Amino acid sequence: MWPAVLAASFLAFVTKWIGYLLPEELLERPLIRRAAGMLPIGLLSALLSIQTFWSPDGFTIDARAAGVAVAVVALLLRAPFLVVVLSAAATAAVLRALGWA
Amino acid sequence: MNAGPPAADGERVGGEQRDPGRPAEAEGAPAQANPDGIPSRALSIGIAVGAYAVSFGAVSVAAGLDVLQTQALSALMFTGASQFAFVGVVAAGGGLVAAVLTAWLLGLRNGLYALHMATVLSPRGRPGKRVTGLRRLGAAQFTIDESTAMAMTYEPDAEASRRAFWATGWSVFLLWNLGTLVGALGAATLSDPTVLGLDAAIPAGFLALLWPRLVDRSAWALAVVSGVLALMLAPHLRPGVPVLAGAGIAVLGALWLTRGRAS
Repeated sequence: MWPAVLAASFLAFVTKWIGYLLPEELLERPLIRRAAGMLPIGLLSALLSIQTFWSPDGFTIDARAAGVAVAVVALLLRAPFLVVVLSAAATAAVLRALGWA
Repeated sequence: MNAGPPAADGERVGGEQRDPGRPAEAEGAPAQANPDGIPSRALSIGIAVGAYAVSFGAVSVAAGLDVLQTQALSALMFTGASQFAFVGVVAAGGGLVAAVLTAWLLGLRNGLYALHMATVLSPRGRPGKRVTGLRRLGAAQFTIDESTAMAMTYEPDAEASRRAFWATGWSVFLLWNLGTLVGALGAATLSDPTVLGLDAAIPAGFLALLWPRLVDRSAWALAVVSGVLALMLAPHLRPGVPVLAGAGIAVLGALWLTRGRAS
């Protein structure tokens, strides 16, 4: 685990550091602008679907999906980040405590 | 860090107008920001982000990292979405290489902020001069969504912009790490993290990070395709790899849209 933690941290830092060395004009390239905006969307969406619906047994709808559904409602109500995360966790915890999921 | 309530609606990520050096937080800021408010705004952003860090610390320990490793991520990697992604991939059994790659790809946008901040943080705002030396190392570590957004809020005033960057960087760094420690120590006392629903907190965190970016049809299309594709690939590939497919789709989408605009 430690090599991965340190390698990922190193990459994160070097990426920013290199940004301080390169010319700012790179930001004017349309492809770079596009890719910069879209990369987080593709990754976050893939992470979201895997973490919500995937388990070692395959596709699963369980307490996590219920938690994420409540998180959607919280976001629609413009709740702050922590409330969104806590509402999802609380939903999953309560469903499990009740034995419903 | 890419976290916290300041991430207001209105970011045009996939859109034509978007400035990649401009994080979501900058959009909600008042047009005429008063530099006197920098310390209190920096502190309130730090507190909001610190609260989020508590959930990161908890899910990281729940994912199997120990308290020290969790703290190392917050102190060294110091970019929330990447940290969440790293522990998320580890929690899903995705392997460490996939965890490192996913975290890195998510952190690439910080490199674009750096391109912009290099000029903003130049000594006494002299055009053409760029920040150098030790100061550059510190600036690189502090170049995240919140600090960049705050700096941009005060941008026409070069001195205020630099102060805003450093004040927010310090505030977020200290409170992010404090929050992480609280969350990690708290979760370390639990025997089974699923009791508190921490496994549901991970996708909810990704959702909250994704939400402000879903501002136009191309963003929605990309999100749906990436999400569905990852689930379709999951039975056939090693855990963690389907997530990286989301990055591939994003780059293909960017290529396609850029090409369409040029013609």
